[in-house]
Amino acid sequence: MRLAMLTLLAAGLVAAQQANAQTQITGAGSTFAQPIYQKWGEAARPTTNISLNYQAIGSGAGINQINNRTVDFGASDMPVKGADLAAHKLMQFPTVIGGVDIIVNIPGVKPNELKLTGAILADIYLGKITHWNDKQITAINPGLKLPHTAIAPVHRADGSGTTFVFTDYLGMQSDEWKSKVGSSTSVAWPVGAGAKGSDGVAATVKQIQGGIGYDESAYAATNHLTTALLKNKAGQFVAPTMAAFEAAAASADWGAVQNFAIDLNDEPGAASWPIESATFVLLPTDPKDANQSGAVKKFFDWGFAHGDDIARSLLYIPLPASVHTAIRAAWQKEVPGTM
Amino acid sequence: MQQAATIAGLASGRRRTAIGDPIFAALARVAGVFVLLLLGSLILSLFIGGLPAFRAFGAGFLTSTAWDPVHQAFGAAVSVYGTLITSILALIFAVPLAFGIAFYLTELAPAWLRRPIGTAIELLAAVPSIIYGMWGFFVIVPIMSQYIEPWIISLFDGSIEFTLAGMDIQFPEVPILEDLFSGPPFGTGLATAAMILAVMVIPFIAATMRDVFDTVPAVYKESAYGVGCTTWEVMRSIVLPYTRVSVVGGIMLGLGRALGETMAVTFVIGNADRISSSLFSSGNTIASIVALEFPESPAGSLKLASLLALGFILFVISFIVLAISRYLLRPKLKV
Repeated sequence: MRLAMLTLLAAGLVAAQQANAQTQITGAGSTFAQPIYQKWGEAARPTTNISLNYQAIGSGAGINQINNRTVDFGASDMPVKGADLAAHKLMQFPTVIGGVDIIVNIPGVKPNELKLTGAILADIYLGKITHWNDKQITAINPGLKLPHTAIAPVHRADGSGTTFVFTDYLGMQSDEWKSKVGSSTSVAWPVGAGAKGSDGVAATVKQIQGGIGYDESAYAATNHLTTALLKNKAGQFVAPTMAAFEAAAASADWGAVQNFAIDLNDEPGAASWPIESATFVLLPTDPKDANQSGAVKKFFDWGFAHGDDIARSLLYIPLPASVHTAIRAAWQKEVPGTM
Repeated sequence: MQQAATIAGLASGRRRTAIGDPIFAALARVAGVFVLLLLGSLILSLFIGGLPAFRAFGAGFLTSTAWDPVHQAFGAAVSVYGTLITSILALIFAVPLAFGIAFYLTELAPAWLRRPIGTAIELLAAVPSIIYGMWGFFVIVPIMSQYIEPWIISLFDGSIEFTLAGMDIQFPEVPILEDLFSGPPFGTGLATAAMILAVMVIPFIAATMRDVFDTVPAVYKESAYGVGCTTWEVMRSIVLPYTRVSVVGGIMLGLGRALGETMAVTFVIGNADRISSSLFSSGNTIASIVALEFPESPAGSLKLASLLALGFILFVISFIVLAISRYLLRPKLKV
């Protein structure tokens, strides 16, 4: 009797294993792209039979992992230089575009009320502007009553592509920032406190009165954070909305860059949001297992073909169709493995 | 026949013991040598891994406050400062409290209360450190940032003024304390990290102290009470000197845990790579900077070498702490 039950149980487990014959792909890196890759992973599984295991450990760590080939693909918001791509035998392609919001926590200030410029942001993070009622801030915010609270700048403590996008923008707006600090996934911040992960920055700014931080628009929207308006290249103060992100993405010149490494910060256009970036995926051109490589391509191909609505719902902008075609051609040429 | 069988049985039994002893002795020796080998290999791998950083920066690595991945300049001063300050502050908070707990449990508490409190202390010691980190971040940090830090900052920077019975009273700016407690009230920072560390370390010290206080032979204490000593005099003159070795050992155990604590500190220390005079400022410790920056350090890079060098420095700090505790426990020569 017992033997019969055990045999039945074993048979059932074996059957379950066999029915579960999915391909599992692993990816690691950008927290910027985590919401969309997770959603794409869940939505693609029924039709493609691919299950995605994605760890949001930060762009810097993601690049490190794919260099060591411990994952199938790496995700980074900072485009890797051509020389490094060749040295580590990687191919780089973008997946979606997203904006970086500025979040603040000032008593009495509602979402999308506070106006800031890139130069003021750079001075805040350099430690030159220390209180919210500084002359430079009150000059552009005539209708707003700003308290004498100390500004508490918050930044990412771990190696983050969002940090790269933000510091790249600050470097464009302030020569002092560019020479003194520079832009990378991890920099020597002159002032402020660090928090681990995008959720850490959001939680820290929410808790500290007078806090200011930078976060992906998806996090800012889902956590209902108080966002600020920024002055763009055309001189207009814009709010971080989908329309503003799309306006910035529309003026991108994809043909002028190598390895799809486009810089979307400070794009021209009256309605453009100034801090924006594409997020990139790194694939090995010499994978150990061509089937895994093919599965990754198949997953992102599904995302390009069917994932646009999911992207928009999470406040990402899908790439233009021409870029999708170019990416597919690059896959065909550089990455082995059938889709 | 039976006698021969018994003698044969005895002889074979003796042969079995004759083989067993040397084998066991050899295994025990291997285990002892294994510990030395393990320690040696740890120290060696940290030192060799950190050698590129020591070579690139020289002795200045220990005093440099730079941590700039963009310009490839790294220094240990900020992390070492953070580690030492948080651990020492944690001990300053923890030792009196732990002593108070142990004293209460052994001398003052009614018998029915001793077991629950003792069990509570042991449960506190068993809580994983990341739970302390999360609790610290979501419970302690808001309280610090909204109530405690602004109040302490305003206490010393001259901003409290009110009128009492017709007189204008203004709190003066206290020079040193003002700098010690300044800055935006982040809530995270060295002081909060020290408090969380103190909470984590108290159970170890308190449990050790309570256990050794109980081992003092009753005859010593009773003879002291017999000549008229108060409870405090018994504790100070009989119990503490008798248990000196174990009390110092318990404190060093707590210090060791505080020096190496990673996740709890990473949540609440604010992660900033600079030294500031204020205790409310953000900083980092060796453990927290390794936890945050290690995943994104490419193999063979100067940053990885700097992190391994920091690990080696932490080892050296632990050795120094051990040496200090040995010095404190040296037998007092009596003529």
